[in-house]
Parts: sequence; C-alpha cells; structure tokens
Amino acid sequence: MLELRVVRESSRLVLEANASPPTRAHTSLTSIALVFLCTLTGAAAQILMKQGADHTTAAGLAGLLTNLPLFLGYCIYGVNTILVVLALRQGHLSVLYPIIALSYVWVTMLSPKYFPGDHLNGFKIAGVFFIVAGVSMIGIGSRQ
Amino acid sequence: MTTPLSSILLVFAASVIGSVGMVALKAGANRLPPGLLGILFSWRVATGVALFLLSSVFYVLGIRHGSLTVLFPMVSLSYVWGVLLARLLFHEPLNRSKIMGLLLLLTGVVFIGLGNRP
Repeated sequence: MLELRVVRESSRLVLEANASPPTRAHTSLTSIALVFLCTLTGAAAQILMKQGADHTTAAGLAGLLTNLPLFLGYCIYGVNTILVVLALRQGHLSVLYPIIALSYVWVTMLSPKYFPGDHLNGFKIAGVFFIVAGVSMIGIGSRQ
Repeated sequence: MTTPLSSILLVFAASVIGSVGMVALKAGANRLPPGLLGILFSWRVATGVALFLLSSVFYVLGIRHGSLTVLFPMVSLSYVWGVLLARLLFHEPLNRSKIMGLLLLLTGVVFIGLGNRP
C-alpha cells in the first residue's frame, strides 16, 4: 500500500516535471516594467553625459572623474546594467533587448528642453512613432 | 558628407560587440543565484559590461569621421543581432511579429538620424 502510494507520488512528480516548460516560458511583466524604467533612467543618463561632455575642462581620465554630470551618467548606467540583468532572469532577451530602443524616444523628446540647439521636426516625430510601433509589435509577438 | 568605409565597419563592429555583450548578460542572468550580490561576482555579467565598454570605444572611433546620419542608426542593428543570437543560443521563439517589430524599430532610428541632420 505504502509502496503503491510512493509510486503514485513519484509518477505525479514526473508528470509535473514534464508539464513545466524546459525554459522560462515567457517574459514577466515585472521584467518588462524594469527594462522600461531603465530606458527612462538611461535617457536621463544620456542627457547628463551630454551636458557633462559639453563642459569638459580637464583631459583624459581626470576630466571624466571630476565632471559631475558625466560621472552621474556613468553611475546610472551601472545601476541600469544591474536592473537589466535582474529583468533578464525572468524574460526573453529577444523581447527585453529591443525595449531599450525606447530610450531613443525619450532622448529625442527631452533634448530640445535641455539643449537650445535641438529641435523636434517631422523626421524625429515619425522616428519616435516607428520605434514605439516596433517595440509594441515585438511585445505582441512575445505573447503569441 | 561621405562616410568612409572604415567608419562604417567600426560602427558595424560596435553593434555586433554590443549585442554579444547583451547575450553575455543574459547568459549570466540565467545562471544567477538568488539575491543581488551574485551579479557582482558573475564573470558572464562582467564580460557583458566589458563588451559594452569595448563597443562604445569602437563607436567613438567610428564617428570621428563620416556622417552621423548614417552611423547613428547603424548602432541599432545590435537589436537585430541580439534577437538572432537569442534564437540561436537560447532557443527563443522568432516569429513574424518580432521581425516586423525590428524592421519598424530600425526605420524609426533611421528617421531620427535623418531628423538630426544639421
């Protein structure tokens, strides 16, 4: 009787093991949200780095380290890398990686506010729409 | 402004190196123990970060000469390599929506490059 139960238990375990997918089946919404957040902070980092690069005083490594906006930009990149790795634990690379292209969207829309020489134009607005459409399409593709 | 072939090749290489860096991060993420500290000690993650830095060196060398309208959108080819490598190495599904999405994304980056012309 006990033996029978053990056999049944173990066969149930085998069934469960077979039922669970061999790899992580799809990309969790938490992962998508994390990478989305990274595109926002990444855009902030790029704007900081551009501001820093426009006002470099010292040359070489010393110039990089004493330049606060540039330094902050690199720090944000470091944090973003950690967040992306955490997101990749529960998600497909082929879904999460293209989401990073959204940082082009934020930079294009934000930089006219921070850099007087930068202006939005028809090409840039069309580009923003195409990127958003592309990233959405990949998201839809991942749910099929 | 004409863009020299050497610049195109350098930026092309930057896109490939960047996508391999992302693959290294994914390989590291797949093997990570629970908790945050593991990230700092994963050689795969470290390789990914090193490849990102190398990729940016290639990019900066590439854009010293030539037109950014051509070179800037080329970096986004890394998404194409990334999706193809994910299919090849991690057996992630590649369907029509993903391919269409990538094409739209590349079109978008080309447009932003065109909009950035002085």
